[in-house]
Amino acid sequence: LGAATLDDDSWADIEDTLLMADLGAGPASEIADRLRAEVAAHGISSAADARALLRTVLVQALSPEMDRSIKALPHDGRPSVVLVVGVNGTGKTTTTGKLARVLVAGGRTVVLGAADTFRAAAADQLQTWGERVGATVVRSSAGADPAAVAFDAVKRGIEEGVDAVLIDTAGRLHTKTGLMDELGKVKRVIEKQAQVDEVLLVLDATTGQNGMVQAKVFSEVVNVTGIVLTKLDGTAKGGIVIAVQRALGVPVKLVGLGEGPDDLAPFEPGAFVDALLGD
Amino acid sequence: MFETLSDRLSTVFTSLRGKGRLSQSDIDATAREIRVSLLEADVALPVVKAFVGAVKERASAVEVSQALNPAQQIIKIVNEELVKILGGETRRLVFAKNPPTVIMLAGLQGAGKTTLAGKLARWLREQGHTPLLVACDLQRPNAVTQLQVVGEQAGVSVFAPEPGNGVGDPVGVARAGIAEARGKHFDIVIVDTAGRLGVDTEMMAQAAAIRDATSPDEVLFVLDAMVGQDAVTTAEAFRDGVGFTGVVLTKLDGDARGGAALSVRHVTGAPIMFASTGEKLNEFDIFHPDRMASRILGM
Ligand SMILES: Nc1nc2c(ncn2[C@@H]2O[C@H](COP(=O)(O)OP(=O)(O)OP(=O)(O)O)[C@@H](O)[C@H]2O)c(=O)[nH]1
Ligand SMILES: Nc1nc2c(ncn2[C@@H]2O[C@H](COP(=O)(O)OP(=O)(O)OP(=O)(O)O)[C@@H](O)[C@H]2O)c(=O)[nH]1
Ligand SMILES: [K+]
Ligand SMILES: [Mg+2]
Ligand SMILES: [Mg+2]
Repeated sequence: LGAATLDDDSWADIEDTLLMADLGAGPASEIADRLRAEVAAHGISSAADARALLRTVLVQALSPEMDRSIKALPHDGRPSVVLVVGVNGTGKTTTTGKLARVLVAGGRTVVLGAADTFRAAAADQLQTWGERVGATVVRSSAGADPAAVAFDAVKRGIEEGVDAVLIDTAGRLHTKTGLMDELGKVKRVIEKQAQVDEVLLVLDATTGQNGMVQAKVFSEVVNVTGIVLTKLDGTAKGGIVIAVQRALGVPVKLVGLGEGPDDLAPFEPGAFVDALLGD
Repeated sequence: MFETLSDRLSTVFTSLRGKGRLSQSDIDATAREIRVSLLEADVALPVVKAFVGAVKERASAVEVSQALNPAQQIIKIVNEELVKILGGETRRLVFAKNPPTVIMLAGLQGAGKTTLAGKLARWLREQGHTPLLVACDLQRPNAVTQLQVVGEQAGVSVFAPEPGNGVGDPVGVARAGIAEARGKHFDIVIVDTAGRLGVDTEMMAQAAAIRDATSPDEVLFVLDAMVGQDAVTTAEAFRDGVGFTGVVLTKLDGDARGGAALSVRHVTGAPIMFASTGEKLNEFDIFHPDRMASRILGM
């Protein structure tokens, strides 16, 4: 009834906005259907009111009630351990550095583990971040066993009684089973001496529908506990996280908003949706 | 994980009976399935719309007969249209009449530029060239070190007079890199630049300044094949901000369908020249439009 009073163009515009934000065809039409039902239920007839309602529907789709805190505080007399994972080039090392910055600024002590022993100068990059934010870096030589480096970093963290150990891992495509097995091993080896409190999957906001399969596979291998959505300072909207959050039941916890040490922020569903809708 | 276009179209056509042209409702249903398929492959929406329009027109000429499977006929049309857009005049690198040939790389953060610099250098060296890598990313932590390592792996020289990490002028390094190549008879210069966002006007102006300082024979726009709907906006920003002569798609060793290939080609007309297919320096290939078409269609 109410829905019939909104013209086809307005509906098409709404669906286009969702598609352009990388929600994906399925989720976009689901959201549109939910909106239709709400529009009908509330007897809404203007496009502006429908868009306002769309904001509410999208925020709800992001489950704002989820716990988005980062488990980066020491417990049981041990540092918390955070593992940072994702495909190539998404912003893992940068996010690791930024997260250390937040912790150090809050008076915490941090060890960074350079478990990317593959990519050219990856450990140097993390080292630079460590110097920049005031965190100790544990590293090894190029080609060393990443699980061993991760183990050493956690060991060092325990010995020095620091608050958190953040492990940066090499970028790897979820399709490469050998590399995914290696990542599983990194986690298992850490767990020989400490619990892994947080596994952060770093997703690049420019990523399209492939983000979903990335999230599923990484979750299967290392049980992701939080998502970091990087590069939101660009024009990409990162709408894939709506489907990812729902499929995994794991919240987006942080967003990356630039290349600097302070460009990390908590994920806020309302602000995310506002940016997505371009309002 | 996605349904292939053939699966989708078979569903549309299972109810199809009789002979003659496809009915309007068959064509509409077909267009819907193609639309969803392309969207799932990350083809940008405006490109999807234009593309589906073109296919719809050709589909209306399809004859339904017992002998020919209309689903297969439509797929053939879609495939042909895709190859037409992706292909065109795929061309080789342009070499300068008076060396050095200058190849500048540009793109978003993390796209794969520095890795590509190493791949191109290795590939060109194997063809008998003497490339020089020039380290103009003075922004990203240890981008210079990374290029030095990559250069060593590729067996080529790296010009890196500035340490980077926020120190040094990339335009000056670019200019000095060309002089270095002239003086020491390198015949190719590959300029690695910092990743930048399309909306970062200051960084875009820097890219333009590097371009002006080096007069590149090729500016290659390096694009991650996993990119979604942002491909068009970003490609337009780089086209307008620095201009590019060719595109390189990276991370094609994954399972992203790579619809961005269609988007950038459709929107900018610039040819896709190379495919980057791994982290190792030999994982690199000339771009093949037909393979890309099948990939986008999930076949
Ligand atoms: N604009 C912007 N750039 C970012 C952000 N996060 C990271 N970057 C940049 O993205 C590029 C890749 O970041 P890295 O931290 O090296 O990514 P990574 O995931 O560690 O990469 P690999 O280890 O090679 O897989 C760098 O140029 C970073 O400066 C962000 O939130 N916004
Ligand atoms: N799987 C795969 N990884 C790639 C490919 N090309 C580059 N990479 C990886 O992607 C990540 C980023 O590559 P870089 O070459 O550092 O990208 P960049 O564009 O120079 O990044 P910035 O300088 O930070 O903007 C690294 O982990 C590379 O190893 C590819 O074709 N396939
Ligand atoms: K954005
Ligand atoms: Mg890294
Ligand atoms: Mg680089």
